[in-house]
Parts: sequence; C-alpha cells; structure tokens
Amino acid sequence: MPWVPELARTPSFLAYVRRDVLLAYRRLGDTVAPLIFFTMVCTLVPLGLSPDPQRLSEIAPGIMWIMALLATLLSIERIFAFDFEDGSLEQLLIAPQLIALPVLAKIVAHWLVTGLPLTLLSPLLAMTLSLPTSAYPAMLLSLAIGSAYLSAVGAVGASLTVSLGRGGLLLPLLVVPLYMPIMIFGTATVFYAVDGLHWSGPLAAMGAMLCAALALCPLAAAAALRVTSA
Amino acid sequence: MVTEVKKWQWFYRLGSPRWFYEITGRWLPWLLCAASLLLASGLFWGLLVAPPDARQGNSFRIIYLHVPAAILALVGYYIMALAGAVGLIWRIKMSFMVMKSAAPIGAALTFIALFTGAVWGKPSWGTYWVWDARITSMLILLFLYLGVLALQRAFSSAEMAYRASAILALVGTINIPIIYKSVDWWHTLHQPATLKLTSASSIHIDMLQPLIVMICGFYVFYVVALCLFTRAEIIRREATSAWVRALVSNESSR
Amino acid sequence: MCMDVPVPQDYLLSTNELCFERDGRRLFEGINLRLKAGEMVLIEGPNGCGKTTLMRLLTTLLSPTSGALCYRGEPLEKVRYAYLADLLYIGHQSAVKLALSAEENLAWMAASEGIHDPKSVRAALRSMGLGAVYDLPCHQLSAGQVRRVALSRLVLTRAKLWFLDEPLTALDTEGIGLITGRLQGHLDSGGAIVLISHQDLAIGAVRNYDLTKRCALGA
Repeated sequence: MPWVPELARTPSFLAYVRRDVLLAYRRLGDTVAPLIFFTMVCTLVPLGLSPDPQRLSEIAPGIMWIMALLATLLSIERIFAFDFEDGSLEQLLIAPQLIALPVLAKIVAHWLVTGLPLTLLSPLLAMTLSLPTSAYPAMLLSLAIGSAYLSAVGAVGASLTVSLGRGGLLLPLLVVPLYMPIMIFGTATVFYAVDGLHWSGPLAAMGAMLCAALALCPLAAAAALRVTSA
Repeated sequence: MVTEVKKWQWFYRLGSPRWFYEITGRWLPWLLCAASLLLASGLFWGLLVAPPDARQGNSFRIIYLHVPAAILALVGYYIMALAGAVGLIWRIKMSFMVMKSAAPIGAALTFIALFTGAVWGKPSWGTYWVWDARITSMLILLFLYLGVLALQRAFSSAEMAYRASAILALVGTINIPIIYKSVDWWHTLHQPATLKLTSASSIHIDMLQPLIVMICGFYVFYVVALCLFTRAEIIRREATSAWVRALVSNESSR
Repeated sequence: MCMDVPVPQDYLLSTNELCFERDGRRLFEGINLRLKAGEMVLIEGPNGCGKTTLMRLLTTLLSPTSGALCYRGEPLEKVRYAYLADLLYIGHQSAVKLALSAEENLAWMAASEGIHDPKSVRAALRSMGLGAVYDLPCHQLSAGQVRRVALSRLVLTRAKLWFLDEPLTALDTEGIGLITGRLQGHLDSGGAIVLISHQDLAIGAVRNYDLTKRCALGA
C-alpha cells in the first residue's frame, strides 16, 4: 500500500486531542459555560419544585442526567463549528489519512473538556440534591460513560449541521431522540444504586453502547462532514 | 464489459427519474385500485362484520387503523433509510428522491398511529396519554422523522440535503432497535399501573382477518403515496430538463 | 477515464473533461487542465464563474459530476493518499486559529506534513517578517499578518502541488514581494502551482486558464 508512509506523516491521534484541549483552554470562557449552566440549572430544581430533601433525592438521578444532557447539547455544536469557520476543517478533509481518526480525537477532546468536568462536578450537585452517598459511584461511572456517548453521537449531529450556521437550533432536534436510550440506562444505573440493587447491568449496557458509538459515530460524522462542508 | 453493463442496466435505468416517472404513471391506476379495494373491504369487514371485543366492545375497532399505521410507520423508516443508503453508495439521485418522499409519509403515519392510540386509550385506559413502552417508542420514532424532515429543509442545496438526511436516516436506523429495547426495558422497570394492551397474538381469528386485509391495504396505499410524492419531487428537481418541459407543455395544451 | 488517453507521467496534475453540476445546474464543463513540474496556472474568470469551485474540485474537497483527475498519470482513485500528501491548499479561510500564536499555528501546520522542527518554524516566521510577533496570539495580529502566518506554510512545506486561492488578499507590497519570490522559488525547484488571484504577479512562467469559456452559466 503506497500511502502508508504518508499516513505515518500525519499528526498522531494524541496530537489532535492535545490541540483541541489546548484550544478549549484558550477559550476558557466558552469551555466552562456548559459547566456553569449545569450547576445553575440544577439549582433551579429545588427552587421550582421543593427544597424537601426526601422529594429531591427521589428525582435527583433523573435531574442530574437531564441537566448533563442539556449541558452537552449546549457545547456539542462547537466540536466542528470553529474549525469550519476558520478553514481548519477543509485542511482536515484533505489530510492524507482516514478522517474518522481525527474526528474520534475531537470526540475524545470534547469529552475531556465537557463530559469529564461535568462528571467530576456531579458529586457536588448530587450533595445539594440529597442523593444518597451510596449512589455516588454509580452516578460517577454512569455520567462518565454516558457523557462520552453523548459526545460521540452529538458529533454526528454537529457534523450534519456544521454548515448551516443556525444549526444550533436544529442540532438538538436531531440528537435528542438518539440520546434517549443512553439516558434511560444512565438514570437506571443511579436508581438501582439508590435502591441498593446491583447496578452493573445497566452500566454494562451503557458500556456496550459507548463501544458501538465510538466505533460507528466517527465514521458517520466523517462521511457527513464530507457532504455538508463541500 | 458489455455484458456487465447489460446486467446492470435495469439498475441504472431505475435510477433515471424519467423512467421512474413513466413506469409509475402506468402502474399507479392499478395500485390505486388495489389500495382502495383492500382498504374499503378491510374497513367494511373490520368495522361492521367483525364481532365486538368481549372487554372493550366496539372501541377496539380503531385497531384497524392503529396497527397498520404503526407497522407502516416503522417499515417506512427502514424504507427511507434503505433508499438513502442506496443513494449514498451508488450515487443514484432517484433513490434520494424516494428517501425524501418517504419522510413526510412516515411522519404522518407515525402521527396517525399516535393519535389513534390516544383516542383508543381514552375508553380502555381512561386517559388519552400513558407512558406505555410502545407509545413512547412511537413518539421517539416521530421525533426521528421530524429530525430528518427538518434537516431536509435546512439546506439550500438539494443534493447536500439529500445526502445529509440520508446519513441521519441511517444513524436513526441503527438506533431504532436500541430505542425500542431500551424503552421496553425502561417500562418494565417502572411498572406503571396500566392495562396491558391486547397483544396481536391473542386476537381472535375473526378480528385478525380484516386486520390482515387492512395491513395489506396500508402497504399498497403506502406504495401509492410514495410514488405520488416521489413523482412530485421528480418534477420539482427536473423542472429544467427537456422531458419535464415537454410533459408540462403537453399537459397544458390538452 | 484517464486510461483512455494515456497521460504522460511527467504531468503532475491532469484533468480529463471535468464537469461539475450543483443541483442539476451545470457550473462548468470540459475542463482539461494539465500541469507539469515548474509550471504555474492562473485561473481567470469573472466573479461567480466557479474559480473557487474548480479549486475545490482539484483539491478533492468536491467530487466532479463527471470526468477524471489524474496525478502523475494515474487516476485519483488509485493514488488518492499520495496525491493528498503531495498537495498544499490555502483557501479563503486560512485555517489559522486566532486563539493560538503564530508559532503554534505554523508548528501544527508543519506537523500535519510530518515536519517537527521548532527551529525551522521560527525561521520560516522570521523570513515572512513575523519574527517580532511569533509568540503573540493571532487575534492580536492584523489581517495581513494573519495572512502571512498562513502563507509561511509555503516556506516549510515539502508538497509539490500548491493550490492557492487569492493568497495575496490583505497583504502589503512587501508581503506580495515575499510571496512572489517564494512562488518563483517553488517553480524553479520543480514544483507546480494553481493560483487564483486578481492581482498581477511578476512571475515568468504563468499560463492563464480562462474559465469563462468553460463556464456553462450563460446557457
């Protein structure tokens, strides 16, 4: 295969991840906005519903998951939007390599700057929502795996709407239906833990879904980018 | 090389909008007859001849609309995705046109299924809406359709819209089984106190026969609707081509 | 197909009856472009005749409706990655990240070609007159300076085929002089260039390709 030496010349997977994380760090305001949103909306719940710890603890897993989903939705558009605007995406598309690889790197980077901080922030919010401490490990794991899935599937939606400009409105419409299964398993994992049941079952289902998404979503997103950024 | 071309000729001819337009023009009257015959006899049989349900009385008869619509809504999504996949792989424009036409039909059928389900729910469950597993899945299916419809209309370039929505439809196709399984599982998890739907397998044979006729009728009706929508799309897309212009001038001079 | 008409290997790039339609509307047809080492083609034509579109076809960002593209006499399907590895494209958007410094930007662009050499990156920026601002974030630079950052790729790259879409936009006289020199140097060392530019360049071996004749818009 004559192009193998060329493949080796392109930046490594990790180089792509590092670059996107660095860019997110340079635009810190944009990057932390979803996290602040996540925190703020979680405070709305006791205000809008009731400060009663009993009632809050019953719905805390669902609330945390829905808010994490919304926070991801807020930021997922940017996974390709900046690159599209400044022409980096064109350069990516004519790089002598499989585009799915850098796309996967972008998904990983997006998770590192939104999903992971969100997960790390969640115990704090869980505490304010009176979630039983016994459910913390389940919540952390389910959010960590789940948010990676959200990034991967969201990348497909973002790639489809990248050239639309007003894609910010359309994007949630495309990806929210695709987010529903992972949310079902994600909240179930935490509910199981709250009820003292074995929660490895739904968590394993999430893991399986994440594996499938990491394998397929970069391919779909790469194909979509070729179409929509032409 | 020559035989190779011949072998595939039908395939590429199918890809010609003009050929599709002409052949469906010939088929449509027959299909329309078959659809109306099946639907009329199925409705007559189901609404008037079939015996009333032991528990639900006459209200169960909405099943003759509800179940065929639900089946075709789901099948329609796969037809749409399949047409999109063919378009993406073999770069056949005709296939994209079929895909685009399948979206509004499928969305309408999903809506009909949901609506009839709600109407049916009132007498049997005492409420229009229940978060039942099947209803919820149907609602998510409607969202999937709406996403495809919205994406199709978002692009200024028709070709870009075709390809992008085909990719979305394919992604949705992979997700549909996951959605159905997960919603099913979610439902057993929460066990709401609702009546269980009469499942199709336990249905009496006298009620089942008209249902099968109705399902067949809906299938043919779906094909008719798909052909009509696709023909309209062909005219819209090929408006500048010589054969469409000739067609239009023929129509107007008649 | 390229196979029907044998294309000599010494044509770095050749197209055969390239035709492009968008939504059933033909933009241009019959593009037969041939480019040897040491040659530069200047694509000409009025606004909206598809110069940038042709450029995007040649860089594989778009695929033609019909016709074929050949690299060194081989159809692109066979040698796609080799072709991509040998081309450099600078479009309207310069792919410069405003949040990064000039040095970081160029280092990344160089790394995309497998060049990992901080010293040569610095030297390239100095040669483009950016020696004093290499570590400033690019959003602090002027439009012309950002252009220069993007164009400093030309100093580092090993690619033989350059595709430049309006590279001189926002550049001052000195910058234009620098780029002209670089283009001439590239041609002299056996490279080839496809260029869109509304400004005249003081380069000897320019072949003009008038897209107006191939443009199907009037029809």
